[in-house]
Amino acid sequence: MNGAESNGIPNGEMTTSTPGLQRESTRYRKLWRYSVLLTSIVALMPLIVMMGVNNLQYRRTTQSEMRYDLSRMVSDTKRSLEFVIRERVSALQLVISDNNTSDLRDDEALARVLKHLKASFGGFVDLGLIDDDGLQRHYVGPYNLKGTNYSEEVWFHEVMLRGVNVSNVFLGHRHFPHFVISVKRELESGQFVILRGTIDMEMLTYQIAIRNRQGADDAFVVDHDGILQTQSQSHGDLLDPCSLPVPPFSPEIEVIDQPHNGGHLLVGYSYIEQSPFILMAVRTYDDHFTDWLRAHSDLIGFFVGSVILIIIVVFWSSSFLVRQIRASDERRAKMLHNIEYTNKMATIGRLAASVAHEINNPLAIINEKAGLLKDLAEHAEDHPYRDKSIASVDSIIQSVERCSAVTHRLLGFTRRMEPGHEMIDLRILLQEVVGFLGKEAAHRNIEIQYHFPDDLPTVECDRGWLQQIFLNLVNNAFGAVERGGQIALSVERQNHAYVAVRVRDSGSGISEENLQHIFEPFFSTKGQFGTGLGLSITYGLVQKLGGEIKVESREGEGSTFVVLIPIKAVATME
Amino acid sequence: MKNLNLLLIDDELELVTTLVERLEIRGIQAEAASNGRDALERVRQGHFDVVVADLKMPIMSGIEVMQTLREEFPDIKVVLITGHGSSDDSSQQMVERADGLLLKPFSIDSLIEKVNEVVHLGDMPHE
Repeated sequence: MNGAESNGIPNGEMTTSTPGLQRESTRYRKLWRYSVLLTSIVALMPLIVMMGVNNLQYRRTTQSEMRYDLSRMVSDTKRSLEFVIRERVSALQLVISDNNTSDLRDDEALARVLKHLKASFGGFVDLGLIDDDGLQRHYVGPYNLKGTNYSEEVWFHEVMLRGVNVSNVFLGHRHFPHFVISVKRELESGQFVILRGTIDMEMLTYQIAIRNRQGADDAFVVDHDGILQTQSQSHGDLLDPCSLPVPPFSPEIEVIDQPHNGGHLLVGYSYIEQSPFILMAVRTYDDHFTDWLRAHSDLIGFFVGSVILIIIVVFWSSSFLVRQIRASDERRAKMLHNIEYTNKMATIGRLAASVAHEINNPLAIINEKAGLLKDLAEHAEDHPYRDKSIASVDSIIQSVERCSAVTHRLLGFTRRMEPGHEMIDLRILLQEVVGFLGKEAAHRNIEIQYHFPDDLPTVECDRGWLQQIFLNLVNNAFGAVERGGQIALSVERQNHAYVAVRVRDSGSGISEENLQHIFEPFFSTKGQFGTGLGLSITYGLVQKLGGEIKVESREGEGSTFVVLIPIKAVATME
Repeated sequence: MKNLNLLLIDDELELVTTLVERLEIRGIQAEAASNGRDALERVRQGHFDVVVADLKMPIMSGIEVMQTLREEFPDIKVVLITGHGSSDDSSQQMVERADGLLLKPFSIDSLIEKVNEVVHLGDMPHE
């Protein structure tokens, strides 16, 4: 038989059940979600990975660039600082070894030396000559420090021991940051004399400042105890402990990662030779992501655009896919349902036929025996119970007739006679059929509407069967409508192969439950007034004509029976 | 009608004997047979105008009886009776070649009417 799809007639009424539908939609929603998830992952993953790799590479590159810049800055500054210190140490050593000590023991001569040192090297603030008892015998400079005893100072012991000492930065008597370079000269007498020069810290600060144009966020000097020797922008004030730990000693220039305040700092440092100083340069690098975003705006634009596009496509294709699957599932379910229904009807038909057959034979015997009894009774005129017997026999015969009416209708349901082939105009045929019921229509004030198109093909069919089919349907419609109701008959060409006849009534409609059984034999909603065979016979006839019958109905809104009749007669089917 | 001789065949012998009895009451000569073989034997020995045979019988079906009769006695009319709406498809056309068909149960009057009809069928000119 032809599938319902090919004829464009929905027969959802026969397949629907609400809880099943809900379960189904949950299943399709789940399928949709899986599809969206999976395709999104597959489509977006490479893009995300690519962006991640790019970001990582950028981070690595910027980090190594930063490290390089930092280390170069530290290297440059270290060289400068060491040079500045070594230069001054050398100058003092030259002064103390090149002159007779006696020459230096003259304040005027010392003042001349200081003047020369200031002019040649800069940074010198004052000069002092200290004897090995720690007493400053001679002093030239802005303060009055002559006679100061340094014998208790650490640096004094240090210079006595090593010959040279570069002190930490301190404020001292002068109240500005400075450090001191002291050099020792051993006299022939075996005594010592120490030349002590104070250097303005500005000398070092300036060197740091000019070399740190872009390498670091902050550059400063600490001593080995972590006390800041120059002002830091963010790690403490001059002579305060630095907020960063003292880095471990290394003869090289080092760049280390230093966790700090929950972030990370890149710290470049170097120990300054011949001094207690450690040069430190600090750079924060936690905002590289913003830098990356800024540097790759076009790439990121492309990424965002692609993601949006991919998501749109994924959503659309998933919806499309799931819709297709759903439609195909529904088609298959409908088809299975149709097959099942046809099989069921065929089985019921065979069963009905065989039951009818088995009943008809004994019925025939009962009929004849009863008939014989009647014949005999009619001939026995003097029989005392003649009339009563005849009446009883008549009643038996009437009952047999009632039985045989049922069995004959049942057999009609599976009747296998070949249909005739006539060219039939359905418009005329339908009007004839309604004509049979014309009196009832008038009596019950039922309005019958015809919707017939002008160009309708004739169908090649059996007139008797068609009459029976539509008589049954119209009769049912009459049964369904109230007094003053409406019945509409319409015919239209369904497609190239079928003509659709619709019989619509304004009755009370059929419940969904009843719709599922409506074409089954012995199913009747009319109680004792119906045999339940009318629609099943109609169904059987339509099937044999190669057509289809469907019903669309809603409770309270009436029913529409749709019969599809092939335009060309088809070979009789099983 | 009165001169007609009928042969009724059905494996339900009870049915045909009762029918024969009732036909005789109405003055129609009739005989009963319970299967096709006996019936054909009877036909070869006697004279029958109409054979009424059940479609579905053991030994020989109504169709086979009809076919044999058509070959040997083309003048004899055949009415088939059946409790079934139809037989299988292959015999469908054969059933249509019978002179008449009656569905069980039928009244005696409809049988007589059918017999009358088939007997007079041959008298009518073919169109």
